[in-house]
Formats: sequence, structure tokens, C-alpha cells
Amino acid sequence: MSTLHTVNKSPFERNALHSCLGHLCAGDAVLMIEDGVFGARKGSSAAPMVQAALQAAKVYALVADLSARGIKPGDVIDGVQLVDYGGFVDLVTQHGRTAAWL
Amino acid sequence: MAKKFLYINRKAPYGTIYALESLEVVLIGAAFEQDVSLAFIDDGVFQLMAGQDTTAAGFKNFSRTYKALGDYEVRKLYVERESLEERGLKLEDLMPITYEDENEDYAEKPSIHVVGRSELASIIAGQDVVLSF
Repeated sequence: MSTLHTVNKSPFERNALHSCLGHLCAGDAVLMIEDGVFGARKGSSAAPMVQAALQAAKVYALVADLSARGIKPGDVIDGVQLVDYGGFVDLVTQHGRTAAWL
Repeated sequence: MAKKFLYINRKAPYGTIYALESLEVVLIGAAFEQDVSLAFIDDGVFQLMAGQDTTAAGFKNFSRTYKALGDYEVRKLYVERESLEERGLKLEDLMPITYEDENEDYAEKPSIHVVGRSELASIIAGQDVVLSF
């Protein structure tokens, strides 16, 4: 079963997202939470690596954390899916394990 | 039944509490006879540097604890090759960490395995539980 990876740090402060994306297996999912959602914004220097990851993995961002930081759904990289807290729980149950990148 | 636990270590020792806390949790997990592996990625590789001497700094040198892991049946320490290379490190810069193989007349064998990033991704995929520090 595939792995759910959570990332909770801004890609501009830490290498958590970069390191996470380097350790994905095909079919894995990445969920950006807390300051990790800054990695979901279009047009940043982190966007190309997220777009590249979307070729082989699913990428999600937690809506509550996006909203709290003023990031609108339209600002999110195409292909990154938005989930609420219930969706977060669903992702955990749909994967064999959860790995946190912090 | 024993579960496969992987502890991912991505922080240098001393600057934050993560490395020491990880080591303590690893020892607890081993006491419950789980199948424990450790991964050292990014600055986590600095945890295994040989020759750590905290005398002048005045805090506890917990690096010797890694050498005792073999006695707790923790025998799989995966160190990421790319993380070593990015930091200008080689296997020789790390502490020798070994375990005694009871099936081979207690021969000393290395616990550290240097693995590439993609192999580490497969190791993560093979676990029941992943704990990150």
C-alpha cells in the first residue's frame, strides 16, 4: 500500500518539502499542512518541483491552513487538490502508513 | 506480531532536541521487540559523526548510545548516500557501529548501510509505522 506524506514547513524556510518529494514512490500522496501550504502556491520558486511531483504522485493541501494564510483556491498550483479535515482523515485511512516531513 | 518501525532522522544533534528524543523512542520501541530500522537523511547524517566531543560545550554527548543499539537488536541503520555527499562526508567520517550476529558465532557486523535516495523510498514503503524526527 502506498504512503501518505505530510509536510508542515514552508519550502522557503526548510527543505522538508524538497526532501519529501525526493523520497516518493509512484502512487504516493503528499499532503501540505500548516506552513507546508506555502508550497502549494502558484508562481513560487518551489512550484516547479511540486508540478514535477504531480506526474507520479497526488498532492493535496489542507483548505483551513490555506485560508488562514490568505491563499485562495485560485492561487493553488493546478493539479493540487484541496481537502478539509475530513479529507485529511480519509487520506490517512486510504494509505498504508503516514510519514511526516518536519 | 512484531511490526516494522522506521525512525526517520533529519536533524543534526545538539542544535535541537530531535536527535536525542528519537534515540530515546527508538530504545523504547526496541524494548517492545519491534522490528526497528533507522534512517538518517539530510542533516540527520551528522548524528553519526565520529569523534563527537561535547566536553567544552558542556552538554551530554549521546553519540555513544548509537554504538549500543546493536545490544537492543537495532541493527539496521540506513544512511542516505546523497545526504552524505551533499555534506562532503564519507562512510569513514561516521562512527563504526556494529552488532554481534548470534547465528555466526557472534561475529561483529556493520549496522550502517549506505543507501541511495530511491532505495530509501522503497524502505519507507515497506514499513508498518514511520516516525519522524
